[in-house]
Parts: sequence; C-alpha cells; structure tokens
Amino acid sequence: MSVSATDSSMDATPTLDIDPLLDDPATRIIVCCGAGGVGKTTTAAALGVRAAERGRKVVVLTIDPARRLAQSMGIDELDNTPRRVKGIDESAGGELSAMMLDMKRTFDEIVEAHADGERARAILENPFYQSLSAGFAGTQEYMAMEKLGQLRARDEWDLIVVDTPPSRSALDFLDAPKRLGSFLDGKFIRVLMAPAKVGGRAGMKFLNVGMSMMTGTLSKLMGGQLLRDVQTFVAAMDTMFGGFRTRADATYRLLQAPGTAFLVVAAPERDALREAAYFVERLAAEEMPFAGLVLNRVHGSGAPQLSAERALAAAENLDEAGIVDQGAGHAGVRDSSATSPESDPAPDDTSEGESGTRAAHSVEQLTAGLLRLHAERMHVLAREQRTRDRFTALHPEVAVAEVAALPGDVHDLAGLRAIADRLAASDAVEPGATPDEFARSDQPVG
Amino acid sequence: MSRLQVVSGKGGTGKTTVAAALALALATEGKRALLVEVEGRQGIAQLFETEALPYEERKIAVAPGGGEVYALAIDAERALLDYLQMFYKLGGAGRALKKLGAIDFATTIAPGLRDVLLTGKACEAVRRRDKQNRYAYDYVVMDAPPTGRITRFLNVNDEVAGLARFGPIHNQAQAVMRVLKSPETAVHLVTLLEEMPVQETADGIAELHAAELPVGNVIVNMVRPHLLDEDALRTAAGERRAAVAKALSLAGLGGARRGGLAERLVDPLLEQAAEHAERVELEREQRAVLARLDLATYELPLLGEGMDLAGLYRLAKELRTRIAPGGTA
Repeated sequence: MSVSATDSSMDATPTLDIDPLLDDPATRIIVCCGAGGVGKTTTAAALGVRAAERGRKVVVLTIDPARRLAQSMGIDELDNTPRRVKGIDESAGGELSAMMLDMKRTFDEIVEAHADGERARAILENPFYQSLSAGFAGTQEYMAMEKLGQLRARDEWDLIVVDTPPSRSALDFLDAPKRLGSFLDGKFIRVLMAPAKVGGRAGMKFLNVGMSMMTGTLSKLMGGQLLRDVQTFVAAMDTMFGGFRTRADATYRLLQAPGTAFLVVAAPERDALREAAYFVERLAAEEMPFAGLVLNRVHGSGAPQLSAERALAAAENLDEAGIVDQGAGHAGVRDSSATSPESDPAPDDTSEGESGTRAAHSVEQLTAGLLRLHAERMHVLAREQRTRDRFTALHPEVAVAEVAALPGDVHDLAGLRAIADRLAASDAVEPGATPDEFARSDQPVG
Repeated sequence: MSRLQVVSGKGGTGKTTVAAALALALATEGKRALLVEVEGRQGIAQLFETEALPYEERKIAVAPGGGEVYALAIDAERALLDYLQMFYKLGGAGRALKKLGAIDFATTIAPGLRDVLLTGKACEAVRRRDKQNRYAYDYVVMDAPPTGRITRFLNVNDEVAGLARFGPIHNQAQAVMRVLKSPETAVHLVTLLEEMPVQETADGIAELHAAELPVGNVIVNMVRPHLLDEDALRTAAGERRAAVAKALSLAGLGGARRGGLAERLVDPLLEQAAEHAERVELEREQRAVLARLDLATYELPLLGEGMDLAGLYRLAKELRTRIAPGGTA
C-alpha cells in the first residue's frame, strides 16, 4: 500500500471550519448527533468550552443518561437547570453553562405550567403518567425537544449546544411533532376518551357499534383498570398535548432555521460512519441545516513516509542481526507476527515479561519493536482511510473536521480544550499528508 | 448455561458483533440458536452480509459442527399484531386498531409498550416448543439496547405488571419477568478497555443487581496486542536515541547522522511508542477496575483489518473455547 495513493481521494473533501461557525453571532444552536460511543458528548462539551472562551454566552444541553458531561466538565451535580461551569477563561466576555436533561422533571414542569392546579395533580398522580414520564425510550426525545425550545425561549444564551441520545433514535425528536400531530388528530384518542368524557352507561348509546367494540377490545386487552388509568391520563393531558404540539412544531421550525447547525459526529470506523451516512441523509430529507461531519479519534503518524511493509522488513532485518549478535531471542518484543496482530488472540495478562531478560534488550530488538508498533499504526491509518474513502465516495459534499486521537480519556476542562484545539485545527491530522518529508533536510532535530 | 443470552454494552463497543459471535459459538453440535435484534438497525444483516432481515425467523449461518443460527429483527408493530392474534385471536380487531392509529400509538407514542413487545417476543422464542415438546431453539441471543438503557428495557414488564394489576396484560408481563429474572437468562455487558465504557459497565451491573436481573459476564472487546514491552521502551527512550538511529540505519532505512533519514524517524517512532505505553498503562488500570467487579471476564482480540464474516467466525471460535458446555457464560 502506498500512502500517497490512499489519501489522494481525500483531497477534494471540504474542511469544516469550526471557529467561524462558533464565532458567527448568527449561529444560535448547534446540534451534535451520531451513533453511541463516538464521542458526541465530549464533542458537544468541547465546542461549548471553545465557544465560551472565544466570547460567546453558551449553554450545553446533554441528554445522555450517563453523567459523562458532568465528569468531563468537573461538575458533580447536573440537574435540570443550567449551571455555570467554573474554570472557563471569560476574558473574551463569554461564559459557559451546562445542564443535563431530567426527563421526569421536564415533563412535570410542562404539566404544572400548562394545566391548572387540580388537573395538574390528577395527571401527576396518574400511574400511567408516572411510568411514561420516568423515561421509557422515546420520552427522552420529546423532552429534549421541549427543553431546547425552553432554553431558546429564555434567550439568556446566544449559543445553545445540544447533545443527543446515544442511538439512532437521536433523530426521533424530529418526528415528535408529526407523531403527536397524527395521534391527536386521529380517531384513536377520541375512542380512548369517549367513555371517560361521556361517562358511564348512559353515554355508551351515543357511540357507534364499531367504537364500542373497540373499547371492549381495549378493555379486554388492557384490563379495565389500566384502560381507565389511560383514559384518565389522556383526558387530563388533552389540553396539554395541544400546547405541546404547538411548541414542538415551533422547535422543529427553529431547528430548520438558518441559525441552527447540525454536526454529525463519528469515528473512522465502519459502523459509526454508516450511522453518520444515515444521519446525513436523514437531515437532508428533513431539510435541516447540516454543517458537517466531526470525525473523532483519527490516528496520525509522525512518520507517514515509512510504510508498514518497509517497517516490517526493516524489523526483520534487525531480528536477524539480533539473533546473530546476541542470541537473546525476542525477549523485549511480543507477538512478532505484527502483520496480523489479531492472529494472537486474547493477549495474556500484562504482568508477564521476565524481568531477568529486560536488561539484556538489545538496541536492535528495541528498534524492531518500535518498527512493528509503527507498522501497526500504519495499518490502522490505512483501515481508517479506507473507511473514510467509502463515506466520502457516497457524500463528497460533506465538510469534515478531524480530531486526532488522544491516547487517554478526557475528564477535565484541559482535556476538553485540547479536543477543541484539535477540532479547530483539523487538517493537521491528515495522515500521510507529507509524503515528501522524507526528502526534506531542514527538519529540526530535538 | 442460560438459554436467553442478553448482550448489552455501551455504544461503539461492538455488542452486535459479540452477540452474533456468541450465537455462532452456542450453535455447535447440532444446536439451534436464534439471534434477535431489537433496535431496528439491521446490524445483524450487515454483519452476515445478507440483505435486510424481515420480521421472520430466518436461517443465516451454519456453525462449525452442523449447528444453525437463525436471525430475527423484531418489529414492534408486527409483534403487537402477532400478540393480538396469538393471545386474543384478534386478527381482525388488530387491523381495525391499526386503522385507528392505535398500533402507532402503542408502538411509538407510548414508547414503553415498545419495550414490552420486544422483550415479550424474545421470551416467547425462549419458551416456544415444537411438536415433540422440545425447545424450538436451544439458545436465544439478544442484541439488546445499550448499557445505559438495558435495565429499564428488561424491567419494563415489572412496571407494566404494576400498572395493569390484573387481566391478560398483567399475566403476560409477569410471565415475561419470570423468564428474565430466572437463571434461564444471563445479561452480558460488552466493554472496551477505556475509562468511560468500563465506568458504564460498572454502573450497569449495579443497576442490574438492584433490579434483581441475572448478570452474566463482562466481555472485553477489541483488545489490542502488545507489541512492545513498556519497560524496554523506557530504556530506549532514554539515552539510546543515537543507537536506535544507528539500528534503523542498519536495517536499511537511511542515514543515522543528524538529519539523516533514519535519524529523523527516531522522534516519531519514540512518540508513537510513548503513546502506546500510555495506553497500555490505562488498559492495565481498567483491567483492575473490571477485576474488582468480581465477574467472569472474557477478552476478544481487535481484528486489525476491521470486522468481516471471517473475523466473526474467528471471534466465535474464541468464545467457544471459553464457554465450553458446563461453563458459566
């Protein structure tokens, strides 16, 4: 494999410039979506930190149930209200707040705000409501939409960065208004509510046969008591649902407006990029303003001019030299079959490694180890490149910002800043972008 | 060996791959395994390189030794119609409900019901018997929702049983919970040797225990081979730079002089080695955290060329050696 051949197809990929996006006062909402485990929450937090330190008043809304944002921002308590993040450089006039969505509380607040005292109490005490609001799959999406609308309406921040739930359902919130609409306009709600509204046997004769068969069926299916709970719940929610739909519609329009930017977050792995492609297509179908792809955890190498093949061949040369010179074998180097690292399954416990032979590591063996490590890195680069090429072939128009992989995890503001720096200087990561370096002679040597 | 194997894990840890490999591993010696997908992502079809799976149990692989793997992508709406037919003989009413938008309501607007249907269908497959009264499947392997959602997902029927205090829904919910809370079920969590997935695994296990759901194993996926002894590296990183440059030159990679081609490789190579050492150290810490969970832990190797069908069979082979009959997986 030649390095220049693998990266040539990326030449045409437009770069996503993060700073202009963050600095533009017209950017009011940034939505980060993508598959789980690609660093969405971290990206959202890093964008928030950078925007705040560049002078914007930012709030980061995370919806992920794991308290990851809290960890990375050094806040232990993320409740349903935005909390000011300490340790941000506010000299440019900006500030950062962060909050984590509490679904139940958000739901309760809506009920309290839109229903009068008695009705609100009836809803809050309804067992069906209590289950629904505690956050089954799906409730998250509705409540995220609601909370985003609330934050925007408060107008206290000039930039809202939103993290989304960790699954494909992340985009379900786009469907929320439509689904609620079809439900509310549908016959089903009338069937459900009919007995509760007309009340008792006297009302039943006003229902046609089909409807009474339907409530009979439902009663048989759900048990009479559950059906009554659902009916009470739906009846009580009736007015509120209408208000919710109006607000959800407004939020949907807000998302489509030019002040919003959707970022799709991915890692250079097959599944993550496949999900990214799905998000890109879905956003286009919904006419949502898509800004670009953030590609996290991209590996680079300081020595892209040295191919995996050459490195391995050189390592073998050294092995031979080492055997002749020392006869000490491979004590310092494990798994010499680096061409197919997976051929040695489940590596043993790391505590292995005979201490007695350590001192005897020859320079040749160490160097061979360095070369094998490099070969493995170059294989990773090649695999990531192939995966990206596939995505780029499908979506050549998508602007990409790359974030170089960090060896460790991020769990403080400094780490978030480092991520943001890498995000903003994205083209520094381009692997194999300097094939001519081999010929350069003015490289400083440290 | 539990007959319902639930595989969860943080996003990006490869739980679909592990679930598929586990199904292949369990389907040895004429056994039949059903691999069940509940999130509508068609991950199984992509893994086995077949077209999208319909809502139908379909053979997708033959395991070494003659066993068979079937796959099913559960569709909540179809599962609901199935139920109406199966339990209440309500095929016609089901269609009418659909017209009214009730099915839509049940599977999307009232999202909890979706989980009821998905878990219910999986448990139905576990309990199903053929005409000779043998189990239709020896094992059912579920590619389940991620760790953050798994307890609520599996426990949804408890909540339903509380909501519908009697009647057919109550009975059905209780029947499902009896399977899920019995030794017939094992919930495995897939993780990587990274801080956040390991933390989520620990949290997930605590939640499962609290809900009295049976915890199985921790499966550490994508474990990298160790190519270089870190201690050796520290020595190399010290004062032996010149010697390394000379060795590189000796290996045919150019001049070892200051500014020579081989000499200029030393810094980047050492930097990569330092990153590697940092990673190895982090992995060691995470292994220690996992060891404190006091559960059987399996490791699966990272496949250098990415995941494909051949890789899947290799992972299955890895798993098979660890879950020999009589094992505790």
